[in-house]
Amino acid sequence: MFTINQYVLAESLEQAYALNQSRINVILGGTLWLKMGRKKFNKAIDLSALGLDTIEEDEDQFKIGCMCTLRQVETHQGLDQHFDGVVAKALESIVGVQLRNGATVGGTLYSRFGFSDVLTVLMALDASVERYKGGIVSLADYAAMRPDNDILVRVLIKKDPRRASYSCFRKSAGDFPVLNCAVSKLEDQWAVVIGARPGRARRIMFTVAGTPSEENIQSIVETVRGSIPFGTNLLGSAAYRRILAEVLLRRNIEAILMGGAQ
Amino acid sequence: MIINLWINDKEFMDDVAPDKMLLDYLRSKGFFSVKRGCETSNCGMCTVLLDGKPVLSCSTLTVRANGKHIATLEGLQAEALEIGGFMADEGAEQCGFCNPGFIMNVIAMKRELKDPGEDQIKKYLMGNLCRCSGYMGQLRAIKKYLAAEKEGAQ
Repeated sequence: MFTINQYVLAESLEQAYALNQSRINVILGGTLWLKMGRKKFNKAIDLSALGLDTIEEDEDQFKIGCMCTLRQVETHQGLDQHFDGVVAKALESIVGVQLRNGATVGGTLYSRFGFSDVLTVLMALDASVERYKGGIVSLADYAAMRPDNDILVRVLIKKDPRRASYSCFRKSAGDFPVLNCAVSKLEDQWAVVIGARPGRARRIMFTVAGTPSEENIQSIVETVRGSIPFGTNLLGSAAYRRILAEVLLRRNIEAILMGGAQ
Repeated sequence: MIINLWINDKEFMDDVAPDKMLLDYLRSKGFFSVKRGCETSNCGMCTVLLDGKPVLSCSTLTVRANGKHIATLEGLQAEALEIGGFMADEGAEQCGFCNPGFIMNVIAMKRELKDPGEDQIKKYLMGNLCRCSGYMGQLRAIKKYLAAEKEGAQ
């Protein structure tokens, strides 16, 4: 179990940022993962009082505050009407409603969990993150960075007419994914994201004019299987994951060609 | 840190350690329906309602419940008894250890979802593990309970 010396309910992002510059302090997400570690923290910084627990929607984009819970994102009506409902589809497999009522978007993305379903689906939607000091950066780039002392303030998702599909393989409902995969298509741009490799999600972009032929799809599969590294852990071997990757990827591409989602 | 909260509509004021988990705090106040099952945020045994939403008390810092309302099974006895009756009729459980957390989440589901089908029920209760059974008895019990509630409401 982790320990905390002092709890600070931040009054401003500036205060939270200043406190977060010390390595022995920490910003709290939902504390679901944090509490399972054995770290000793001096100050635990809570962003709960900064109004970052809402999802704003305008004509161009969704702005998801970092303190929104996964359940808020999953049940948001506006998001559900976009991207073939793929966000809710990806989030509903995560442990249970109770956990998703606690886990925060900011906490989960900052942590860049290898097993993350959230990272996989949002990378396929070409989401960006807004950091307090560092400005806006694409989530795909953010995911590849080392965790730093900046604050992830919001997640931004453009409202483009993208089609999307998500699928994962789990040994039982609510377990960690053995592998997950999200695919999106915007005009002739296809984004393929593979996560739980078991390392953190990776994205590859493809350009295919018109409806992809079996040859095009086979070429995408070969590229993904050849250039994304797969690893072995207790849930499955690298070889098994490479086989799963083709199945999930093909299902997603077919779903998009059939009109989106699974 | 001094906090002020309501447990089953009764007000409490306490000085709690910043890293005290809500589960430990609630048990220290005598709410023993709240149980520690897995302690890895997975089993749903420690479920309580925090401002009406089901959360894992094993993973929630007590200080974050400051100013909020918590409901435990002790405060929901009428509903618990009714659901428990349906569970017993179906022989749904063997050891019963998962029961309090399970019933808490059934209550939360009933309040949040309107007329849930089997798929929705399974998805909502996915985070409540039972290691004795195969969930079939529970599913029958919940369906009968919801049907009876619907009939009663009409």
